Amino acid sequence: MKLRQIKEFVIEKLIFLSGIASILFVVLIFVFLLKEGIAFFREVPAKDFIGGKYWYPISDPERFGILPLILGSLLVTFGAILVSVPVSIACAFYISEVAPVKLKDILKTGIEMLAAIPSVVLGFIGMTTLVPWVKKIFHLPTGLTALSGSIMLGLMAMPTIISISEDAINAVPKSYKEGALALGATRWQAMYRVVIHAALPGIIAASMLGIGRVIGETMAVMMITGNAAVIPQTFLQPVRTLTATIAAEMGETVHGSNHYYSLFAIGIILFVLTFIINITADMFLHRNKK
Amino acid sequence: MKTTTKQKIAFSILFLCTIIVVLPVLFVLGVIIKNGAKGISWQFLTTMPSDGMRQGGIYPAIVGTLYLVSLSIVFSLPVGVMAAIYLNEYAKDNLLTRLIRLAIVNLAGVSSVVYGLFGLALFVTFMKFGVSILSGALTLAIMNLPVIITASREALASVPYSFREVSLSLGLSRWQTIRHSVLPFAIPGILTGAILSLARAAGETAPILFTVAAFYLPNLPVSVFDQAMALPYHLYIISTQIPNISIQTRYATAFVLVGIVFTMNIIAVILRSRLRKKKKW
Amino acid sequence: MVENKGKSQKEKGKSQVKIEVKELNIWFGKVLALKSLNLEIQSNEILGVIGPASSGKTSFLRQLNRLNELEAGFRMEGEVLLDERDICRIKPEHLRKNIGMIFALPQVLPISIYDNVVYGVRMHDGKSKSELDAIVEDSLKASFLWDEVKDRLKEFATKLSGGQQQRLCISRTLAVRPEVILFDEPCSGLDPISTAKVEESMLRLKEQYTIVLVTNNTKQAARVADRTAFFLMGELIEIDKTHKIFTAPQDKRTEDYIQGRFG
Repeated sequence: MKLRQIKEFVIEKLIFLSGIASILFVVLIFVFLLKEGIAFFREVPAKDFIGGKYWYPISDPERFGILPLILGSLLVTFGAILVSVPVSIACAFYISEVAPVKLKDILKTGIEMLAAIPSVVLGFIGMTTLVPWVKKIFHLPTGLTALSGSIMLGLMAMPTIISISEDAINAVPKSYKEGALALGATRWQAMYRVVIHAALPGIIAASMLGIGRVIGETMAVMMITGNAAVIPQTFLQPVRTLTATIAAEMGETVHGSNHYYSLFAIGIILFVLTFIINITADMFLHRNKK
Repeated sequence: MKTTTKQKIAFSILFLCTIIVVLPVLFVLGVIIKNGAKGISWQFLTTMPSDGMRQGGIYPAIVGTLYLVSLSIVFSLPVGVMAAIYLNEYAKDNLLTRLIRLAIVNLAGVSSVVYGLFGLALFVTFMKFGVSILSGALTLAIMNLPVIITASREALASVPYSFREVSLSLGLSRWQTIRHSVLPFAIPGILTGAILSLARAAGETAPILFTVAAFYLPNLPVSVFDQAMALPYHLYIISTQIPNISIQTRYATAFVLVGIVFTMNIIAVILRSRLRKKKKW
Repeated sequence: MVENKGKSQKEKGKSQVKIEVKELNIWFGKVLALKSLNLEIQSNEILGVIGPASSGKTSFLRQLNRLNELEAGFRMEGEVLLDERDICRIKPEHLRKNIGMIFALPQVLPISIYDNVVYGVRMHDGKSKSELDAIVEDSLKASFLWDEVKDRLKEFATKLSGGQQQRLCISRTLAVRPEVILFDEPCSGLDPISTAKVEESMLRLKEQYTIVLVTNNTKQAARVADRTAFFLMGELIEIDKTHKIFTAPQDKRTEDYIQGRFG
């Protein structure tokens, strides 16, 4: 009897520790990024880091300006939003409100499959198909452009946006829609006059989470955007994103060099960025539930 | 315009958008199967690469990925399931619980390459595990924690509340109740989530870039402190770093990776649908 | 063993107080679910508790085995004494072992009949296989289910009919050897024949156990209860011998309820 009580005490303590482990890990991630990245800001002021136009981390003198990288990430993300958000929301509406049950299951499986394809595979397929097409269609010297990245990332964001929007649409009380239908509205009218309003916070949250995924996406974007660290002017030129910079350069840095620390500093910026996006999206989702 | 015509047009546009989403999936899979399947042979799957990866197989990359994924689940499953038990069975609606929930949302949203940095800073450097399977697996485990917690929590929540009441009313303690009248009925759902998280881990590249992945190793890893080759990283390097590799080898590698990931997904889906059919309450 | 315990209780005298409730108030959030309740439950009686929905009768019942504590926002004042001991000072596990409960819908677990019966006992103390077998037989006999299921103890309990399932739940509770059994509208989902069987087992059980029966069915209380309590809006309106409650209620509201004028 005593033994059982001790056992249960230990187990319940372990359960509690596991429960708060997530908090611990978020804190650990932040602390360790800071630990490695903070030293960098002693060498290079944050203003020059974020506002600097030149990223020449291994030339002499070193230049650590990540403005081109930030703009590269923003451009690709912006393009990806254009590609994915309208289409995904439309798709979510089709699946939850229009599609017959059987088709619904097939479509959902298809979207789950899209979510399951590893990013490196999409990057590879992008290299072998999308990039040559972009090159040919726009008569460019290279197809490794922001546009290619936007299309691919847009595709990768779709499953997130679709499934969360769909949840939001399904969560709209049936009575809202039935009320509109009873007043003689068509299904479409009920949808865009009533359902979309009720589901809006969830759809916004879904889009934000999709954007969060796009900003953090690494492999595909590194493989198909060309990685030129210049301030981008158009979608049809190579760009370099924050994530690709870390992934591509960390392997070549000397541990403890400014370059090494600067990549952690970029990591801090990415972490804070996704943190803000996720918290905001979660607030929207929460509001929706109330 | 008549409202019904409007509706027809609107629905057609929605349908077109859906096609835009689904077609690329079919296209990507079609391209991989068409170009990759013919490169698959027993020899490709079971021999070491040679001639700077241009010849031979991808055996060490497959093995490395399997090691990584299995070790990561050893860490993430117990912690994830216990965290889900805490949230679903013990946690009250208070500040701490809200913080945990926010932390999980954030863990799920952190960029995969940031996980790579974190793994490098904590496991490789600070804890001195070096660039090793252990470091990579731990990094993947933390990354997968939100998936496992969320799936396990859903599985626990789907066990009727009355099971707990019955068990408590018979004088069982809280833990006995969870252990004997909640967990057994949540296991299939938890497994489904675990397999899905495995599939995800198998395809991840960025978190393992600086924590475990090796460009080429002549031997298979023998301990958790060794580096390893991994399938997604292998695909990355043979398609971007090494010129003059036959396109078929690249496609075949992609085929194997997608094959592994999809097989796990399909197992999870089958498990889930059988669970739904068999549900006895 | 089951019988011995019953006898020893009986020997202590018929009117011995088993449970005593003193000035009990229960809140869920801001809602006062039970208002200054005072009552006594005698050993070996069946106390019927009747009243309309949200009259506090279920909150009362679930206080006796402290299941209320699981609800969010639960708060209480006052005392409940079991054999003169404050139940809040008894470990919930021990208390619930002594005070079993049968729920409104038959809550069998999706495991075998045998495993259902031994579910509670198995955890409490290391019993051998043959002891468990004996307990299963005793408990199933006590709820008149033995003959119907003795050849298929390994089958899934969910295959049984509703009435059988409810009697299985009774067996499962008996197997833990409680002193008091709480019935929470045990027949609300059952047909008349199954109901009759459950009532029959209740009447037998009171020889050994103290029973509290919460029911929506006033006729059921009239059939099986020794005394009956009428609850309304969280208050105890009247408690008396069942035949008095049903033939000569003191309070007008009791009379209205029994005659079906509200509820």
